[in-house]
Amino acid sequence: MYLDLKYRLSDAVCSVSTLPNIESISSYCGRYIDGFIVTIELMLTTCLCGFILAIGIVAARVGKVAPLRWLAYIFSYVFRGTPLLVQLWVFYYGIGGLGAETLGPLWVFFSSAWAVGFLVLTLNHSAYASEILRGGIVNIDRGNADAAYTIGMSKIQALRRILLPQALRISWPAYGNELVLVLKGSALISTISVMDLMGQTRTIFARNYDLNAYAVAAILYLFLAGTISFFIYCVERRLNKPYR
Amino acid sequence: MKLKSLLFIALSGITTVVNADKLRIATEGAYPPFNNIDSSGELVGFDVEIARALCKQMERDCELVAQDWDGIIPSLLNNKYDVIVASMSITDERKEKIDFTDPYYSNYLSVIASGHDVSMNNLGKKNIGAQRSTIGSQWVEDEFGSRASINLYDTLPAAFSDLKAGRIDAVIADYLPATEWLNENEGYIFIADKIDIGDSIGIGIRKGEDELRSALNKALEGILKKGVYEKISQKYFSTNIY
Repeated sequence: MYLDLKYRLSDAVCSVSTLPNIESISSYCGRYIDGFIVTIELMLTTCLCGFILAIGIVAARVGKVAPLRWLAYIFSYVFRGTPLLVQLWVFYYGIGGLGAETLGPLWVFFSSAWAVGFLVLTLNHSAYASEILRGGIVNIDRGNADAAYTIGMSKIQALRRILLPQALRISWPAYGNELVLVLKGSALISTISVMDLMGQTRTIFARNYDLNAYAVAAILYLFLAGTISFFIYCVERRLNKPYR
Repeated sequence: MKLKSLLFIALSGITTVVNADKLRIATEGAYPPFNNIDSSGELVGFDVEIARALCKQMERDCELVAQDWDGIIPSLLNNKYDVIVASMSITDERKEKIDFTDPYYSNYLSVIASGHDVSMNNLGKKNIGAQRSTIGSQWVEDEFGSRASINLYDTLPAAFSDLKAGRIDAVIADYLPATEWLNENEGYIFIADKIDIGDSIGIGIRKGEDELRSALNKALEGILKKGVYEKISQKYFSTNIY
């Protein structure tokens, strides 16, 4: 159902598009748009889930419970300290190679290349995002939290109403940067057989051996990065409104 | 002074790389039993031995390098090496970019799966794995369309390991590597063993190097006549695959 919709959209785009009028490229329009949609899919889902996860990690890192604090620290240390490519291969071929029986219910996350790509990108993104957000929180004057507690807010309330909104404002530009990095990092999932924009491009190149194939992909990535930057800019303006 | 000598060392390194007398041959190194890297880091396999035999026949010094499959044609065009001996199928698309010698063996496609619920009739609805940029992957896409559930891998062993993990139902591979893998892995069967798509394997060279091509063709003829080819083939496949 969803898949049908996706392919319809892709066909519609190609029927009106004017991709470079080079025969060896234009005949692959469907592939490009199919891959483009997969990349957007992954971008949206990983950023959303990664952000939610990041808030949990931040809460653990600035919280009072020592074991949780250590766990959160180790998590972000491991995911920020190893290359994304290594993480993908460890999860896909390493852990995923154990098979459905050994992994039990966890197999959902390993059953397809897309699922592993989503899982690893989400974990990776949440590790970086949590550090960025934590930086924002640490930079808020201590008095804000004290004032919140004084008027009777709980820890969660103070985090949600006072600290996170301010932390978000401070860390938003760095976070925007991280979103673009997720986009570029997502190209690596083509190595575990996901047909994202990069995966489709490599397959196109394998057929026509025309280096323009990569140029088209680069333009599409630039377009996406530009869209993300514009989104970041709009949100930044909104966040800064009360301070101008 | 120090910088100058360093520069000198670096430059002299470059000149040895572009030594014109040596014939530089590329193979993939991830395609057993045709070309593979053994535990000591040496390139081994049928393609490698054929390449060495050809060099001996031509009485030329050769240097073998491993190159990822994806970039094996672009790097040839960029002059990183002169010859590709890597079980490459002769296809029209490739012929637009490079030239081929006479074929040195014929290839068939096979489909491998874990059980009987996969057949040639329902293959299009299953998750299929293949190596990217191979004749097998093109065959699958031509047969079932680019939107069928096809997973493309950088190497053939990666596709096989995903079949074992249970993420895909079938793998399309060339017949001889598939046979080799089946011998080592129990519980898997041929759904189709020899699909004849008229595929011949040739040696790839840059366009316009006719001298090199006729030298390679002559050498190939030579090792076939002398029985060197047969000996190598028997060693790997217990039969003559020419």
